[in-house]
Amino acid sequence: MLDFLKGPVETFQEFLFLSGRAFRNIIRSPHYADDILLQMDAIGVGSLFIVSLIGFFSGVVMALQMSRALATYGAQGQIGQIVSITLVRELGPVLASLLVAGRNASGIASELGSMRVTEQIDAMRALGTDPIQKLVTPRLIAMAVVLPLLTIIADFLGLVGGWFIAYGMLDITTSQYWSTAWRALEYNDLTQGLLKPFLFAIVIALVGCYYGINTTGGTQGVGRSTTKAVVVASVWIFIITSLLDPLFVNLG
Amino acid sequence: MTPTEPAVVQPPQAPASEQPVVRFDDVNLAFGETPALVHLSFSMRAGETRVVLGAAGSGKTMLLKTAVGLIKPDSGHISLFGEEVTGRKESQLYELRSKVGILFQEGGLFDSLTIAENVAYPLLNQFTLHKNGQSPPPEEVEQRVRESLTFVELEHTLDKFPSELSGGMRRRAGIARAIVTAPQLVLYDSPTAGLDPITANLIINLILKGRDMRNTATIMVTHRYQDGHLMANFRYNPSSGKIERAESSQLTTRFFVMQEGRLFFEGSEAELRASTDSYVQKFARPGSS
Repeated sequence: MLDFLKGPVETFQEFLFLSGRAFRNIIRSPHYADDILLQMDAIGVGSLFIVSLIGFFSGVVMALQMSRALATYGAQGQIGQIVSITLVRELGPVLASLLVAGRNASGIASELGSMRVTEQIDAMRALGTDPIQKLVTPRLIAMAVVLPLLTIIADFLGLVGGWFIAYGMLDITTSQYWSTAWRALEYNDLTQGLLKPFLFAIVIALVGCYYGINTTGGTQGVGRSTTKAVVVASVWIFIITSLLDPLFVNLG
Repeated sequence: MTPTEPAVVQPPQAPASEQPVVRFDDVNLAFGETPALVHLSFSMRAGETRVVLGAAGSGKTMLLKTAVGLIKPDSGHISLFGEEVTGRKESQLYELRSKVGILFQEGGLFDSLTIAENVAYPLLNQFTLHKNGQSPPPEEVEQRVRESLTFVELEHTLDKFPSELSGGMRRRAGIARAIVTAPQLVLYDSPTAGLDPITANLIINLILKGRDMRNTATIMVTHRYQDGHLMANFRYNPSSGKIERAESSQLTTRFFVMQEGRLFFEGSEAELRASTDSYVQKFARPGSS
């Protein structure tokens, strides 16, 4: 009767198994430092431009849209606060992570999927290398380090985008904008603003690796794995943020 | 030998010095409802060759992959060099795998590494081969990589990437990587598939040479009867440096024909050719595939 659940449960179980081994390998030798740096470059430097661009324009859009509502209450001076809280708490982490999921979960899944269908992963195992140690763990570490950094950059450029509108169109002074933006932030906001991208990074890296490493069905299978990786990673980003938000809101 | 259904070949008990290099004992493997290996049993010793023929999907590649623990069987026992493969954890298999060279059907070369880096990979990453936990010095690695690539006549491709080579050259580079650690057992998965006859013969000559220079045990999966014929009837003479016709006392090659995961036939080349079974006959003629 519950046969339809068998597939998803098995997939989740395999995913947890892969995750467990990837985390365990962080403290086990051998360590592939070169691969970690290579992945940091591919994920971090590679995504920097697009994340900066989206961060900046999300701040611009936020300030523009909110200015009308705030004007109704004569509270346009609080635009810095609105932009700051929304970006740091939610939009910065989620937008940066969605971009990185689209760009890198797909990249990881297609790279590992191609390696799988051309028997490079089997060759790696046959030649004495644990593919999880060599392929998954470096991507996990690299993603967990660079995504929070990318989020900080996106948050900052978003605030700059908000200032651009506040100063240029709403006649708010620079000092007023930045002081309201800065004062609005509490430790709680910064904690969730950094915790979220860290958790999203783990999900993006592991989902990309899971679908890549389990690719079957030749080049068509690589395409399927890539699509699944992006969709599943994106959905999990929203699920995690929905689960964390009530927790942090209740914490005040 | 006539076709058997299933063929369960019980090897005689051997003294420790004649320990089988590979031994399958009633191995079964299935993917869902589809059987991949069914009651598979055989053994082979150092210097022996097994040529595995059979239709697509008959379990030939699965035989190779289960032999080194890349796929775990559902039941039965597999041992390499007298040590049990089944039931071992992945990390415990690396030592056994370091004694085995494998050429994969697709070559399995790492496309992000140069040919030299690909061939050096087992020397640098098979930690069980390292003395005192230290990887060999770069000069030694370079020398062995050059030797291995010279053996397959690819010494000019050191800095090229696999994508820059032809199919036959990639296969030869795969052979160089498989034998660079001087393994005692080498597994070849369709080494001549998709190659023209001249290149295919060159590949088989290289495999012959590698086998006879080091007296390695060899399992070769192939679609071409001609490959098996060459493996069975010719040998490399190290003193003359030439491939010669083998004497009858030197014939150590046996043929397997697989069907739907079963070892449908096992025998010498003469027995293969004499078989009257229509399925076996399909693989026992020059030009058959």
